[in-house]
Amino acid sequence: MAFGENFKRRLAGGLVVLFLLTPPAFSRSETPEQVSNFLLSNGMEVVVIPDHRAPVVTHMVWYKAGSADEPAGKSGIAHFFEHLMFKGTKNNAPGVFDTRIAEIGGEQNAFTSYDYTAYFQTVATDALDEMMALEADRMRNLILTDQVIGPERDVVLEERRMRIEGDPDALLSEEVQATLYQNHPYRVPVIGWMHELEQLNREDALAFYNSFYRPNNAILVVAGDVTPERVRELAEATYGKIERGPELPPRLRPQEPEQNTARTVTLRDERVTLPSFGRQWLVPSYRMSENGEAEALDILAEILGGGTRSRLYQELMVKGDFAANVGAYYNGTMLDETSFTVFGTPRNPADLEKVQAAVMAQVERIKKDGVTADEVERARKRLVRGMVFSRDSSTSMANIYGSALATGSTVKDVADWPDRLAAVTPEQVRDVARKYLEDAVHVTGYLLPAASNQEVR
Amino acid sequence: MLAAWNIVAVRGRLVAALAFLLVLSACLVARASVDIQQVRSKSGVEAWLVEDYSVPIVTIRFSFDRGSAADPEGKEGLANLMTSLFDEGAGDLDSEAFQIRLDDVGAEMSFSAGRDNIYGTMRVLADSRAEAFDLLRLAMTQPRFDDGPIGRMKSQIVAGIRASENDPNTLASRKWLRALYGDHPYARPTDGTVETLNTITPDDLRKFHRDTFVRDGLHVAVVGAIDAETLATELDRIFGELPESSSLPPIPDVAQKLDQEVRYDYPLPQARLRLSYPGLSRDDPDFLAAALVNHILGGGSFTSRLFKEVREKRGLAYDIDSGLSTSQHSNALMIGTATRADKAEETLGVIRDVVRRMAEEGPTAEELEAAKKYVIGAYAVNNLNSSASIATTLVELQNDDLGIDYIDRRADLINAVTLEETKAVARRLLSAEPAVLIVGPAPKPAN
Repeated sequence: MAFGENFKRRLAGGLVVLFLLTPPAFSRSETPEQVSNFLLSNGMEVVVIPDHRAPVVTHMVWYKAGSADEPAGKSGIAHFFEHLMFKGTKNNAPGVFDTRIAEIGGEQNAFTSYDYTAYFQTVATDALDEMMALEADRMRNLILTDQVIGPERDVVLEERRMRIEGDPDALLSEEVQATLYQNHPYRVPVIGWMHELEQLNREDALAFYNSFYRPNNAILVVAGDVTPERVRELAEATYGKIERGPELPPRLRPQEPEQNTARTVTLRDERVTLPSFGRQWLVPSYRMSENGEAEALDILAEILGGGTRSRLYQELMVKGDFAANVGAYYNGTMLDETSFTVFGTPRNPADLEKVQAAVMAQVERIKKDGVTADEVERARKRLVRGMVFSRDSSTSMANIYGSALATGSTVKDVADWPDRLAAVTPEQVRDVARKYLEDAVHVTGYLLPAASNQEVR
Repeated sequence: MLAAWNIVAVRGRLVAALAFLLVLSACLVARASVDIQQVRSKSGVEAWLVEDYSVPIVTIRFSFDRGSAADPEGKEGLANLMTSLFDEGAGDLDSEAFQIRLDDVGAEMSFSAGRDNIYGTMRVLADSRAEAFDLLRLAMTQPRFDDGPIGRMKSQIVAGIRASENDPNTLASRKWLRALYGDHPYARPTDGTVETLNTITPDDLRKFHRDTFVRDGLHVAVVGAIDAETLATELDRIFGELPESSSLPPIPDVAQKLDQEVRYDYPLPQARLRLSYPGLSRDDPDFLAAALVNHILGGGSFTSRLFKEVREKRGLAYDIDSGLSTSQHSNALMIGTATRADKAEETLGVIRDVVRRMAEEGPTAEELEAAKKYVIGAYAVNNLNSSASIATTLVELQNDDLGIDYIDRRADLINAVTLEETKAVARRLLSAEPAVLIVGPAPKPAN
């Protein structure tokens, strides 16, 4: 009841999606049915994840094109274009796709991130062929007129105002990201900068469409009540008919130069009453990782800041009793260099420095004394358990595979993840902390009350 | 700061908003039928079970019949605080020992307080079910409510309250609830206030636990790798020791105060708008007709009238939707959106026009047909798509007293709704002057 709750849940929606997209997770040994993976003759990759518990299927197409693939000066085009994909094709008038979904009683939506854009429908199994036909149709046959572009750009501007402009937390995150990355396009927000968004037009949209929306740049993921044979048959009859596009150049984005400084970004806002801080370091993603460093970073984040058994929670919230919120986070599912984050909020506004010092002391402790074999084992078990729980939802599984494949991992990488986690040693965890969580090179963001006299270092 | 860090922009209304509305209008069913067994333990604890071995997980979910609206006056926040303490020590195990055991067993356990109910959920890998359920029993029947964890949880909640002290949306929500519900418990903050939290003692928690965790009004659903016989034994272990009934006073019903405008002026880039119209209770004979009207008006999909008029045609908003809210003591049909600050009046005008037309003319036959198909088909997709969602659905069906065969009957019930019924219910709900909330910059004074 009541709008208070409704409102909270709406905001939570964005996070739900993020959570599903986060860590790659899955074990072949514990899978009842094999995940299949094959290529269509036009280069489109296909992943099938059977799950016959309900006559429902999640159908997703992932394009290896996200905001980091945008031309300079056109920030927001990947996401704006995602909106435009719902505007009708030469075979299906605007609204037909949505109307069909509504009649079937399914759901559809789409999302855009730095490295990919994905479209999905969850429908009764017998509607899968129709979903494939509609999705394949809009891969090449979209019709874009200025009449649809104008109002939809206004919608995206409202989306930016809603998500970012009205939220000091989001504004700060955007600026921290732009500071952490000095050269790589991850510095540009997925939704785009306001001044560039306002200028996006039909030509920009068509250019993006023609560059990236090709079968040889797409991954089909089908999870649910299907067999690989049936999916292959349907995919060949729909997506398979689309002509292969020109070879896409390798996804070589401008990389980060050597970084040598500690930077701080401070946002003061009168809506803020409790200050908070977050510190980020650049670290390798799963795709870039060598010698199990990404797996070690996942374990490190879990030991340091994953839930109530973590060091930060125990030291600052149980024994120390002065933090309101602490944690650590590693997002390895990115194509290029990603980040490792620690964050904290004090219970008493005056204690920000104390919380920050205590968080950093825990980081230092790991760098100096390492972690125990028992901690590594517990962290590993929690991560693997999370992935078994993911199998409860076909949509989660489709998201895990889709995001992994769109960021340079393979089906085998995902399946082998538990084994690779099991190989991580306490020394490796200590070593990645020493190597990447540097004292003198990082970005620290502060969200502070407007009238604060607080000095922060 | 963390959450927005790798923001993923989504095209449409956020997925969870949909789920929320659908659960609320808890009616929606499947072509897919679910094989639900009724399990009754020796001592009389009942549960609905969906036995399924395809994933090695057992999920149990249950609800008690009282939530934060039952917080005693002056002790607001009690239900919410209590639900934060069940993994903070029980029986012989103190907080740390309990959490280590839970982690060793590999179970996820959580409790939460809504206004009308307290919910509990446990999800566990099948091979450690017995040990996990032991911990659940201990948490439910012998929570310790030790001073250390109470202090810790209180100060975390207080920090949350402090953190949103200047947040215009939080403050506006509070003002809105007071305007709608006056002195009724629904108007009170579920987290409590710094003052009320300070008054809560371990004895308050023990007494409230004794009065809320009772067999009367308990509803249980279990999904996963467990058979009926084993479950019957487990039900007695987990719930058998709970007292029979509660001594808490009943909560009165309340009608929301309509026909008023509530403003919260704050210089924001957008204005948030809320409109509240009369609703109806889940056992109202016109409930399904109203759910269909709501779907056509602004619920559920990208094809609603409000979505088309406000977003598609005019680009006034990113997100607009409507929902039927059914609580134990009050009901509403609500519409919400956010628009550019200088477009607030225009957007409000468009919404009111769409609503007026629906009140006067009702849906068309074509719209009703399409809505029926959606509402029938979407049930499996939204409500039965994982063990967790099946368990949630089965508890809500029990709370709404819809019967164990409801999922099988649902499509027929929806198909039986006539166009006349939808027109009548549209008139009944949408002819009223709504309560309106506007959060955003103060209007410019007229010249």
